[in-house]
Amino acid sequence: MPAVAPRSGDAIFASAERVNAELFTLTYGAIVRQLITDLEEVDEVNKQLDQMGYNIGVRLIDEFLAKSNVSRCVDFKETAEVIAKVGFKMFLGVTATVTNWDAEGTTCSLVLEDNPLVDFVELPDTCQGLHYCNVLNGVVRGALEMVSMKTEVTWIRDMLRGDDAYELQVKLLKQIPEEYPYKDDE
Amino acid sequence: MQFFGTTEINPSPPAVTAAGNNAHMMYIFNRNGVCLLYREWNRSLHTLSAQQDQKLMFGLLFSLKSLTAKMDPTSADKVNLGVPQLPGQGCSFHSFRTNTYKLSFMETPSGIKLILVTHPRTGDLRESLKYIYNLYVEYVVKNPLYTPGTPIKYELFNTTLDQYVRGLG
Repeated sequence: MPAVAPRSGDAIFASAERVNAELFTLTYGAIVRQLITDLEEVDEVNKQLDQMGYNIGVRLIDEFLAKSNVSRCVDFKETAEVIAKVGFKMFLGVTATVTNWDAEGTTCSLVLEDNPLVDFVELPDTCQGLHYCNVLNGVVRGALEMVSMKTEVTWIRDMLRGDDAYELQVKLLKQIPEEYPYKDDE
Repeated sequence: MQFFGTTEINPSPPAVTAAGNNAHMMYIFNRNGVCLLYREWNRSLHTLSAQQDQKLMFGLLFSLKSLTAKMDPTSADKVNLGVPQLPGQGCSFHSFRTNTYKLSFMETPSGIKLILVTHPRTGDLRESLKYIYNLYVEYVVKNPLYTPGTPIKYELFNTTLDQYVRGLG
């Protein structure tokens, strides 16, 4: 009985335990605010958010796999669809669209029309270089690394900087084959 | 006196009890071969050190997996034996049975391997392993003090797991 992988995360989202959206948004805002105070440099804050996201991603993947019944994706295209439709829905409550594929099928964009992280947010002049949602980069990168895909994730569009949507570019660098982990038999 | 052709070589172990207590031991490995968890319920014989025992188990699964993929009659894209596979590539087995025990195996795309060794007459344990994976997520992965990739030493997870496994028919 092969479990059929879901095409959307709606059912899982509906059954999952959730926190109040405003509490979530404001908590995230407080974290970013504190990082800016502590680290002073906007670039450092971006780096730190990415690292935090990465640490979240490497754990999140197991929860995602355990609850979503996704077993395997045939190619990176399917992986991107599953992240956009199931992953984002499960953990963020919104879905993304996958567009802008390159010819080799290794680079694509996840476009978020709606992003709950940025409600109530306006970037002041002093923080223009800040990627406010950089934590999402890290989450996607960390989660994909755990399923043996090395990726590079960058922001292309950011509504806080005046663009019309949030666009995350995901580039597949390589897939790591499974190796026998022990060096020699002693 | 009969030398060949017996179906059961050893006297078979006691019959499955509906009340549980049919599990012998459980292993959880990650992709790097680190044994995250080893639990033992009924194991009368130890022949190796714990570390070697775990290494042997991991090696058995690793080799068996590449053998089963190699023997797959349905797949067109064959990889040579011993050539590293990408995760999710090739088929995999979910259990094997000897006359004295049954080994059930589940591997997640994130490389977590769950192994449950039980009485040979226990039924399909795939759903149970999935449930144990969920326990692992709730009690281990979500624990902020847990460092991913290190052995699990949490009493709460162990007791919950013990309780669940004891109830397996």
